[in-house]
Amino acid sequence: MFTHEAHLKRQAVLDLLFRSLTRVIAFGVLALLAAIIVSLLVGSLPAIHAFGLGFLFSSDWDPVNDKFGALIPIIGTLVTSGIALLIAIPVSFGIAVFLTELSPRILRRPLGVAIELLAGIPSIIYGMWGLFIFAPLFADYFEPWINKHWGSMPYIGQFFSGPPMGIGMLTAGVILAIMVIPFIASVMRDVFDVVPPLLKESAYGLGATTWEVVWNVVLPYTRIGVVGGIMLGLGRALGETMAVTFVIGNAHELSKSLLMPGNSISSALANEFTEAVGDLYTSSLIELGLILFFITFIVLSLARFMLFKLGKREGQTA
Amino acid sequence: MPIDKNITPKLVVRDLNFFYDNYRALKDINLTIPEKMVTAFIGPSGCGKSTLLRAFNRMYQLYPKQRATGEILLDGENILDKKQDLNSLRAKIGMVFQKPTPFPMSIYDNIAFGVKLYQSLSRPDMDERVEWALKKAALWNEVKDKLKQSGTGLSGGQQQRLCIARAIAVKPQVLLLDEPTSALDPISTAHIEKLIDELKEDFTIVIVTHNMQQAARVSDYTAYMYLGDLIEFGDTSMVFTNPKRKETEDYITGRFG
Repeated sequence: MFTHEAHLKRQAVLDLLFRSLTRVIAFGVLALLAAIIVSLLVGSLPAIHAFGLGFLFSSDWDPVNDKFGALIPIIGTLVTSGIALLIAIPVSFGIAVFLTELSPRILRRPLGVAIELLAGIPSIIYGMWGLFIFAPLFADYFEPWINKHWGSMPYIGQFFSGPPMGIGMLTAGVILAIMVIPFIASVMRDVFDVVPPLLKESAYGLGATTWEVVWNVVLPYTRIGVVGGIMLGLGRALGETMAVTFVIGNAHELSKSLLMPGNSISSALANEFTEAVGDLYTSSLIELGLILFFITFIVLSLARFMLFKLGKREGQTA
Repeated sequence: MPIDKNITPKLVVRDLNFFYDNYRALKDINLTIPEKMVTAFIGPSGCGKSTLLRAFNRMYQLYPKQRATGEILLDGENILDKKQDLNSLRAKIGMVFQKPTPFPMSIYDNIAFGVKLYQSLSRPDMDERVEWALKKAALWNEVKDKLKQSGTGLSGGQQQRLCIARAIAVKPQVLLLDEPTSALDPISTAHIEKLIDELKEDFTIVIVTHNMQQAARVSDYTAYMYLGDLIEFGDTSMVFTNPKRKETEDYITGRFG
């Protein structure tokens, strides 16, 4: 009897220890997050003092005269990520639908594995491939074509005019799209796979076509996972450094044309940190990092908010 | 198999064989399903009753290794014919499944979904159709104030009636029910059974059930199947009180299965 009680007591102590340990680890993550924010904030204080909010809207980037502004890299980051998603979402959706609904069974595994392998390729390889293979092809074939056919269109023409150099925002966006497609596609495939067969059969049983079933039943049923997959891709696109640095051109120039070189936050950081002399230069770069952090944060919050709204529209409190 | 002279056949099955890859799940089935009556398929698990049901709307075609040979005539037309358009077939033959499967959308849209596949109704006409279907499925009074809410928020029994409403909203001629009450509590089951009795005024109903009492309660005709064979088919009261075959008697008296 006594030993039994001792055993119970020992278990209670162990349980308490275990609980405290998990709690410490969980709070440790929070503390780490806070520490990163604080160090970014502290590091960027000089730049914040010098330029204030104007930092966000200024396209200056003049290390010689110590004048810095974040507009060009911010636009570069948002535009390249935007282009990437614009291409990657429909393509990934197509891949996922094919793999879950249409593909012959024997093709499913090899194709799925191939997509996962694509996700595992280190980004520097995408960058090299982009610079040496993709960009010249882009410059020789695609850009002249888009120049000719879209460049003279009203309104959107200005985005597609300019010399076909092969490197620039559009190229960076396309490379990013190729990099995030495996992420988005494999998440979409996984969530499409868990849709109960009976639910799909119910829709097919009413006479719906594959498209109608996917669009009206599978997609709404899996929307949280799908948005999650897209956010995963967007998160990667926003922060991607090496591949973008290779093909974006790294020019601190504001241009409407997507064919022109630009800069993104992460590629500016990667390129310039080693050569940043002077406190204000370094501090401005750190503030760029802080901005990237906030952009990611806002994007994630927007995604949550969107899901909440969607849930509400359907009368659920998701 | 013989059937009363004064009833109209709706579905006629002739020499139907069904294969899962190489496994023969249905063996030379011949059967006539009478119009605007309830026909029940009973038998132990794996006897082929669900397989037979799923041949009527060719649901098996979603899966590459399943195939059927023989004929199933719907009003004299062979629906197993390759030329048969699947979507229009499924407009004529609706189905309800073992578990409630409301779509992840509002109650209203759940009903409107199937209708929209075939018809473009004006808003008032669609409203009317939704109300009609929900009333037919005895669900209208419970949901009329929350049509905009999600169908997945209803109770299990309500969800199943929603699925029935969804199936009849398309105005099919035949309604296939695949163990429609197996996931429901006794009260919801009673609801659905009463509903089946009312629905047979408008629709030909084929129901697969594990529950022999249920078959006895709701059906006019009963088919007993075993290991892919149709053992006995006839008037429900005859099958249950005076079965012609020994196997049927053993099954319904609970000596096996």
